[in-house]
Amino acid sequence: MNGRTPEEPGRSDGAREPGPNHAAEGLDERRRRLSAELAGKRQADETGSDVARTGRAAGYADAFKLSSEFIGGVLVGGALGWLFDRLFGTSPWGLIVLLLLGFCAGVLNVLRSAGLASSGFGSGQREPRDGSENENGPEGPQG
Amino acid sequence: MYDPIHQFHIIPWIPIHVGGVDLSFTNSAAFMVLTAVSSSAFVYFTSSNRGLIPSRLQSVTEMIYEFVASMLRDSAGPQGMRFFPFIFALFVFILIGNFWGMFPYFFTITAQIIVTFSLAITVIVIVLVYGFMKHGLHFLQLFVPPGVPKALLPLVVAIEIMSFMSRPVSLSVRLFANMLAGHITLKVFAGFIVALGSLGFVGGVGAIFPLFMTVALTALEILVAALQAYVFAILSCMYLNDALHPAH
Repeated sequence: MNGRTPEEPGRSDGAREPGPNHAAEGLDERRRRLSAELAGKRQADETGSDVARTGRAAGYADAFKLSSEFIGGVLVGGALGWLFDRLFGTSPWGLIVLLLLGFCAGVLNVLRSAGLASSGFGSGQREPRDGSENENGPEGPQG
Repeated sequence: MYDPIHQFHIIPWIPIHVGGVDLSFTNSAAFMVLTAVSSSAFVYFTSSNRGLIPSRLQSVTEMIYEFVASMLRDSAGPQGMRFFPFIFALFVFILIGNFWGMFPYFFTITAQIIVTFSLAITVIVIVLVYGFMKHGLHFLQLFVPPGVPKALLPLVVAIEIMSFMSRPVSLSVRLFANMLAGHITLKVFAGFIVALGSLGFVGGVGAIFPLFMTVALTALEILVAALQAYVFAILSCMYLNDALHPAH
């Protein structure tokens, strides 16, 4: 690709294709070839970045993401249980139940953020809620 | 001297006590002011020229704008653009705060759990307020996944609510833990250089390895600083998407 570019302008304009029609055709052809090459290069870039993403930094980011999701669930469950017990004096049952629920929520968070569970259990079943979409529609351009 | 936690101490610079409440102007507050002032001054002065052909700095601002706008549009749809000022401010604040924290002897505001938690709770409060304002009680459908048997519904709804409530916690813990762990690791490895270097010739030669580690970790930390600002912003966009479209 790099080797061809410098000699292109001088040759294709005058010597090889004399008529203006041919010149336009040449331009079209060249443009098509350029876009094909760019597409190929772009694809190569994308696969390249995919390879890079599987590297160490992405693993590090994933580890933090998943652990914080899980820790968040358990912490919230524990805090709510403790608060519930303090308010209603049901110690230790509130803590036990809500901590377990928080644990479940943490597992659910991890599965969701790993893409292993959809954000609703039977997602796709509740499609016919288009009313809200239409209601939102006209307001779009405002924002 | 090698205490890796020392960099996170909050030191009051100007003590202010109002009615028994400690409102001192601390190093944390100073760096938050620095972050806010420097980022808004950058955006203001680079875009005040309004060149049709942008200068270099103006194109930086335009790139950040385009980046945040496409992120918001992709994850929350065109109606999400009404939250653009908020998301833009959030992203730039965290990004610049993280970058200021990379300077030696500077204070890292995002390594304080209370800072990240207040940012995350702001996002969730906006989601809740806007969700209820826009959809009323329909917003609660967010917690009722479709296609669940009636008998399991109370349990599932309880877990969903818990999962929703854990969002601000996980959002804030993620940013905080990343910055905290990164800066502690950096400090520990840098401490190894000094400790090994004081052990004579062999130690001095051995100190090269932690030096390399420190350089590599600095690069990694700059990456993490940008990545975490992006992660925080994009998750906020997704939560705002829930407020805009509660039924998935």
